[in-house]
Amino acid sequence: MIEVRNLTKRYGDLLAIRDITFTANKGEILGFLGPNGAGKTTTMRIITGFMPASTGTVKVAGFDIFDDSYEVRKRIGYLPENPPLYTDMTVTSYLRFAGRIRGLSRAEIDDAVDRVLLKCGLADVNGRVVGHLSKGFRQRVGLAQALIHDPAVLVLDEPTIGLDPKQIIDIRGLIRELSGDRTVILSTHILPEVAQLCQKVVIINNGRIAVEAPLAELTRNAPLEQVFLQYISQDEAASGIEVEATS
Amino acid sequence: MRNALTIAGRELRSFFVSPIAYVVLTGFLLIGGWFFFNLVARFNFLLNIYAAMRNPQFQEQMNLNDMVVAPLLHNLAVVLVILMPMITMRTFAEEKRLGTYELLMTSPLSIGEIVAGKFLSMVVFVCIMIGLTGIYPLILLTYGNPEVGMITSGYLGLLLLAITFASVGLLTSSFTENQIIAAASCFAILLLLYIISWPAETAGGVFGSVLKYMSLTEHFAEMVKGIIDTKDLVYFISVIGISLFLTERSVESVRWR
Repeated sequence: MIEVRNLTKRYGDLLAIRDITFTANKGEILGFLGPNGAGKTTTMRIITGFMPASTGTVKVAGFDIFDDSYEVRKRIGYLPENPPLYTDMTVTSYLRFAGRIRGLSRAEIDDAVDRVLLKCGLADVNGRVVGHLSKGFRQRVGLAQALIHDPAVLVLDEPTIGLDPKQIIDIRGLIRELSGDRTVILSTHILPEVAQLCQKVVIINNGRIAVEAPLAELTRNAPLEQVFLQYISQDEAASGIEVEATS
Repeated sequence: MRNALTIAGRELRSFFVSPIAYVVLTGFLLIGGWFFFNLVARFNFLLNIYAAMRNPQFQEQMNLNDMVVAPLLHNLAVVLVILMPMITMRTFAEEKRLGTYELLMTSPLSIGEIVAGKFLSMVVFVCIMIGLTGIYPLILLTYGNPEVGMITSGYLGLLLLAITFASVGLLTSSFTENQIIAAASCFAILLLLYIISWPAETAGGVFGSVLKYMSLTEHFAEMVKGIIDTKDLVYFISVIGISLFLTERSVESVRWR
């Protein structure tokens, strides 16, 4: 469903990500792990078509993100790290707007809005102004926005950041419920989240893939925390050697 | 087209649910009203003096169009130079700061639709703004007999001028996520285009006429005089076209490799 191949992104001299390759299949929740600044957000922004890669390709549902960006964007629901909310709109009018620009027709919108309001637990606050909502509700409005057009692919960038434990549990339940026949890419640095939700794990460090494997395989011999630290320190050691070699 | 309308609608709604629209409109009408009052009062004052002097020749030369409408339109144009950057500064800069830019750019919209939507909302807002000042000529028409053709042409000029300002504002807003930078650079460009013809007379020659052609004021002044010439229309439409084209490019540049 999502095929990422040899993705590299350069900001001037800085290599944000290099040679990222992984795939996510239909119905899979893929956990995208890595320390802060590893390149998770950059990768997701490329997958969603927000910005182009310097080299490499991404295919979503068979469409190339660079050549058929429009088709890809139709099929993706994206929750960026900071939910993209118009703070002066009410929840309902914001979701209607999101539905319209995602290409829903007038007839479809009412149903779509009702569906995501219910699904994300927003029915009670539907008339409230987004800017007046608490952080947890805003996060849910962000998620509702990503779901409004019932996309085949969901890209969620740290969806549970800044939420209280109850809200985190709610959102996780929602993500699990959503997966079904969708493909979900879930970026996070909360490891238990991955252990609970994902079938597949990609660990990224310093802009490079450290490992791509099914969760069961990774955690066969050790808990995920240990595996994660191991891969990250391994990679640091490797890059240390590389620096020595080139200097 | 439908998407452009959706974006324009959202843009306008956010103007009118926040105090911005009301503050801007009130300020504009307050200053406009003050100008109008001042001009009419002066007209009345001169009329009385000439009447007292029993000088019918001067009295006959007094003209509402030249003494009230034309200076009013020129004054309103100056107010627009100051106000328009503040109205347009949010358009793109605010989206970038809020992060909603990511929503727009990852939705199945073309850049053209985004820019058209924003532009359309600005056109509607400008029409409301200038439409409201229509009360001044209406007052003149009720109590006097100014020339309607000249007023219409002058108002058309003011509208074109404001739309031109708006398109320049969209352009500067698309460059940055800082609204102050967007407003300040738009203001600088507008003011420069406004006064660029000042050295035209001294410079003379080709350079002088180029400066004169580039000036917004020269073209606007023609329309205020009641002359609707294609060369002035072409000037306004090309500045609008170029600004929108560059805005489209500037927004699209995030997607360039």
